[in-house]
Amino acid sequence: MENNVLIKTEKLVKIYPMGQYELVALNEIDLKIARGEFAGLVGPSGSGKTTLLNIIGSLDIPTRGSAMVLDKKIETLTHKQAALLRNKHIGFIFQTFNLLPVYTVFENVEFPLLLLELSSGDRKERVMDALEWVGLADRANSKPNQLSGGQCQRVAIARAIVKTPEIVLADEPTANLDAKNSHHILQTMEKLNKELGTTFLFSTHDEKVIRYLRRKISLYDGKIAKDEVQKPQPVVVETTSEED
Amino acid sequence: MLIPRLALRNLLGAGLRTWLNVVVLSFAFIAIITAQGLLEGMNEQAAQAMRDTQYGNGQYWQAEYDPYDPLTLQDAHAVLPKKLESLVNQGKATALLIIQGTIYPGGRIRPVLIKGIDPGQKILTLPSEYLIDNNGEIPALIGTRMATSTGLKVGDYVTLQWRDANGTFDAKDIRIAQVMKTTVQNIDVGQIWIPLNTLQEMAGMKNEAILVTLGKDVRFDAEIDGWVFKDLNFLLKDIRELIESKTLGSMIVYVILLFLAMLAIFDTQVLSIFRRRKEMGTMMAMGMTRGRVIRLFTMEGALHGVLAAVLAALYGIPLLTYFAKIGWTLPSNTDSYGFAIGETLFPTFSAALVLGTTILVLLVTTIVSFLPTRKIAKLKPTDALRGKMT
Repeated sequence: MENNVLIKTEKLVKIYPMGQYELVALNEIDLKIARGEFAGLVGPSGSGKTTLLNIIGSLDIPTRGSAMVLDKKIETLTHKQAALLRNKHIGFIFQTFNLLPVYTVFENVEFPLLLLELSSGDRKERVMDALEWVGLADRANSKPNQLSGGQCQRVAIARAIVKTPEIVLADEPTANLDAKNSHHILQTMEKLNKELGTTFLFSTHDEKVIRYLRRKISLYDGKIAKDEVQKPQPVVVETTSEED
Repeated sequence: MLIPRLALRNLLGAGLRTWLNVVVLSFAFIAIITAQGLLEGMNEQAAQAMRDTQYGNGQYWQAEYDPYDPLTLQDAHAVLPKKLESLVNQGKATALLIIQGTIYPGGRIRPVLIKGIDPGQKILTLPSEYLIDNNGEIPALIGTRMATSTGLKVGDYVTLQWRDANGTFDAKDIRIAQVMKTTVQNIDVGQIWIPLNTLQEMAGMKNEAILVTLGKDVRFDAEIDGWVFKDLNFLLKDIRELIESKTLGSMIVYVILLFLAMLAIFDTQVLSIFRRRKEMGTMMAMGMTRGRVIRLFTMEGALHGVLAAVLAALYGIPLLTYFAKIGWTLPSNTDSYGFAIGETLFPTFSAALVLGTTILVLLVTTIVSFLPTRKIAKLKPTDALRGKMT
């Protein structure tokens, strides 16, 4: 891998057909993300943040150009290869948490490990470690509807990191959370990035998130308007009870 | 084992919705098995009654005899060959002579078949012992249907007219010795049973018979000149065809039942696939292939069938065992259905029936579960995550 570069896009274009017209969601994006980065795609709605994140996450393919993720060309992957890439190397965190409603917290976090066909003992150990990381080990048997929004997003983080992926892609992870919960979540992710070396790539227009980023990639109308390294300015918040 | 495990987890997690489907499907299971069990029981009971009262373990027919053509009776009689006579003498078979005749109950003319049977025979479960002549009269046995249609009762005398082997008409009075209650119409309607010797004498057919019925446990199918062996497959063909036609009718009922149960499963599957698009998208994002998602959702639907089979077994086994024991008391006019069954019908639940029904329901459930999941094959993960159907 070129100088520890995990993600590399070259002249990446994504066009959506809209009846007689075409919507250019991404227009010739050139981007490199190195291992261990804590970066964010920033921009207003419709700027192409989620589209780019989806392509990097192999959930979608570019119309033109190239996207290399962990030395795999996304545009050439079959459905199975793309699923395998996501399963082994990429964790996702969604704005709406996307927890499986009928599963317990433990089962939700265990899900990616089941797909990896790990042994029961191994799974249990990893799930509990991940839940410890996000401070929810005591809620392992709860169902998502018994948790607050912040707790749900922490479960989603645990689910994303439980398989120790190289990359975690977080799409508007704080959009449904209040300020206090947002900071808790961001602090957790920052800690994971520092201690585990996991690369985080956010898509956000939330100022709270932007303050935590070490690299801010601004998108506008499907193009990179600005790519800047910045000094994080996290906000100190009380870390007491988190119940919403 | 991943897919069945996840499917079961999803299914149990869905709670009441799952159990409603499972209960409905288990009803369909039990209803199908019960309906089929009743038909099997009816088939078995009818065949048994026919064997007991008519066919034994097969019959030798005089070569000319055709039960569907009364005109053959004129010539279809012959002296018993030695081999058959020996069986009759050993009590392993019983001979029967049939001729046409007429009775005049209450001044009306009724054509009848006069059947001669050995009063001491033990091969058929007819009350032939009533035909033992003890005062020089001709004792006769008739069935309840015949008694009803002619108005004859035990002790009544009726004039019987017949034509003997030489074509001469003759007539005598016979005494109704017994009215037998039988489920088999073939030995009742339009028939009069009298002692074999008497009939042979009346008809001038000494030592002759038209057919010989073998005892239940007698295995004998040697070729005999002038006589044809008819096995039970042949003799019971009509009743089996009749049952089959009834089976077809009952199949319509259970196809409707199955259809209703399948509609519930199909509905659940379609709703699941629309409601749980986000869930599918999340699963795909976590690395589940579309093929696995399809298998998971199909398995979820199919497991309804498995759970229904388990539930049906839990309440169905005791219920059906009890039902098979006490049977089903039929209405008094059941005779009109044309079956030789008793007043109580005992269903038969064979392993083949239970297993066959289970496999059928599981197969249909799986197919019905699979059909809506084909939509997933076209589903884009990004659309699914947004809750859109591609």
